[in-house]
Amino acid sequence: MVPVDHYLWLSLALFTIGVIGVLTRRNVIIILMSIELILNAVNINLVAFSHMFGNVDGQVFAIFIITDAAAEAAVGLGIILAFFRNRETLLADEMDMLKW
Amino acid sequence: MGLNSILFYFFAGLAVASAILMVTRRNIVHGAVYLITTLLATAGVFLLLQAEFLFVTQVILYVGGIMVLFVFVIMLVNLDVSLLQYQFNRQRFVAGVLALALGAQVFLALKTGQHSLFPQARIPEVLPKNTEAVADALFGRFMLPFEIASILLLVAMIGAVVMAKRRV
Repeated sequence: MVPVDHYLWLSLALFTIGVIGVLTRRNVIIILMSIELILNAVNINLVAFSHMFGNVDGQVFAIFIITDAAAEAAVGLGIILAFFRNRETLLADEMDMLKW
Repeated sequence: MGLNSILFYFFAGLAVASAILMVTRRNIVHGAVYLITTLLATAGVFLLLQAEFLFVTQVILYVGGIMVLFVFVIMLVNLDVSLLQYQFNRQRFVAGVLALALGAQVFLALKTGQHSLFPQARIPEVLPKNTEAVADALFGRFMLPFEIASILLLVAMIGAVVMAKRRV
């Protein structure tokens, strides 16, 4: 049997890697994919606790998080497409049109 | 060490290794493939936790839906120029150190609070009839959040169409 804190450590490792990806990469698509990784790490926590308490509420919340991830990916990729059409680049540093 | 533990450490190692590869690769198509590997390994962890419905949802929705969307957009915007550019931004060292500090903090908190946080730190053996229980919860107590999620999906769909259109 795997103790529950090993699931939490796996989730923590994935979360930290996702945060590093969001903070250090310049490519917008990689940043969006790192956000998906963070959401996935949270799901592991929810399912592990749901299993530990023998209650499915955590899994229902994980389903809502997956729904959120789908909505976020659709809108985010739409924004990336619109941005790419205007500026011909994918770098987050170049997204400074609102600065003066 | 039972089969369960071996499978768990196998899936955990696979997930972490391909996540590291995902954030360090130069080519975004390779990054997307490594992210798919991570998501499939996570689906395996869900199966070990006896969340069968969530396992199927993860494979169909995440890997089959969201990642296809990502790969499609990568195909639309792929630039050969971006392979030659520098991939990390100016604040990378500070940001990396801060992120690792955050991880170390949570790790220490989990390590020291292990026995008081989880009174029964062992996972029970069997949970009966996962899909039925999820359906009961989703369409019973969580009916209102379920409807709100459907409205969220509708809004996201309209938003994505408006954003990706050439002229509004």
